[in-house]
Amino acid sequence: MVWRVRAANISLLGILTVFSATEGRTAELGELVDSARLLATGGVSQIEGAGGGGLSTWALITGYGSRDAVGGNVHATIADFDDFRLSSYGTAVGIFDRVELSYARQRFDTEQAGAALGLGAGFTFEQDVFGAKARLIGDAVYDQDRWLPQISAGVQYKRANHGNIIRAIGGASDHGVDYYLAASKLILEHGVLLNATVRATRANQFGLLGFGGPRNDDHTIQFEGSGVWLIDRHVALGFDYRTKPDNLAFAEEDDAYDVFIALFPSKHFSLTAAYVDLGDVALQGEQNGAYFSIQTGF
Amino acid sequence: MAPTSPSRRVSKMFERSHVAAGVFSGALIVCIVFGGLVLLSPRALADSSIYDGLGGADGVSKIVATATQNFLKDPRIGHTFSETNMARFEEHLGEQLCKLSGGPCDYTGLGMYDAHRGLHLKRRDFSALVEDLQDAMDTHGVPFAVQNRLLAILAPMHREIVTD
Repeated sequence: MVWRVRAANISLLGILTVFSATEGRTAELGELVDSARLLATGGVSQIEGAGGGGLSTWALITGYGSRDAVGGNVHATIADFDDFRLSSYGTAVGIFDRVELSYARQRFDTEQAGAALGLGAGFTFEQDVFGAKARLIGDAVYDQDRWLPQISAGVQYKRANHGNIIRAIGGASDHGVDYYLAASKLILEHGVLLNATVRATRANQFGLLGFGGPRNDDHTIQFEGSGVWLIDRHVALGFDYRTKPDNLAFAEEDDAYDVFIALFPSKHFSLTAAYVDLGDVALQGEQNGAYFSIQTGF
Repeated sequence: MAPTSPSRRVSKMFERSHVAAGVFSGALIVCIVFGGLVLLSPRALADSSIYDGLGGADGVSKIVATATQNFLKDPRIGHTFSETNMARFEEHLGEQLCKLSGGPCDYTGLGMYDAHRGLHLKRRDFSALVEDLQDAMDTHGVPFAVQNRLLAILAPMHREIVTD
């Protein structure tokens, strides 16, 4: 418990240090919102509320605020699978294109599968995800003459409800912290954006089924990758691939992937539609489904 | 800490190899898709210079004229041209785009740092200029892939142009 508090303190200290270093670029209040970054360069809102693709977290800082400004947005996502429904809504801010803070509330509705699992039809797991991300080095968009990607480090503190059910299925805890390092690079010459993320996590099904379990109780290293093809200024096609731990004994957990189309009619609105495959979830077989997400902001 | 039982050691190894397989397959997929995207991208399919894609001499001069209008009309950056000799600016911008895109020109203007130093330009000013240039290329029907190839060459200039 003590190390968790220390880790949170160090993260907060790190964020405040970066924040105060960039505070040197003071801007007048009216200039703090400039929506200046190029269209689509904040990514969309990924499943845990951070800036990224559908499933994966990118090194890009959310929002359209330039280095001297702030940006923010709210998002709502719904994904309908064979036996479950996953939804999330939340908000994120990007500060001086350096720090990103996010919050998302996720809901995992077991629908009819809830009855089969002995929980009751429509039993819903929920989770809060509080995220912080800091851009460490690099500029994915403007450093087109360097191989160095934009690299960001982040944490996501996740707090699930129904702790008693989580423990009954073997989850060791109902809250946990994910740590990740993401690298993103826009290769304008070929019109592609690539992202690779490594994540240390104990989360079962992103945390909705708790953290840790009988098979493994420690953080393990997981991988997320994305490839995005820019079709024009307003349209991108992409895919995410994400590995997940397999901590619970009662049900296997698989890797997940999605293919998506993201539309950016303006800097104030984006729409993402995807086909998602979560693999096997809670013994109910392979879960594939349609995913829709909207984001509005500045 | 209790000694790790053999079965626990095995399942930990399995866990690690499962993760390693996941990392490897993820990396492989990213590489394959990147390779595919590169091979299928318009750049690979049509091996012409950016200059041709912009429309040659005629195309560049039209783009530069429209882009300059866009810059002056842009409330975000129009004021940064108040001390600028616009005729010379257009001429030099045309030379620069011609040369950088592979055309038969020489650039006779100042270096980017010297040309912009006194303006204290911020990153948001540079982004506004990029958007105005994109709009000008859209107006004259430059394909998106060609636009991106040009922007890839122009983007690193932010280091000399953004001084604030």
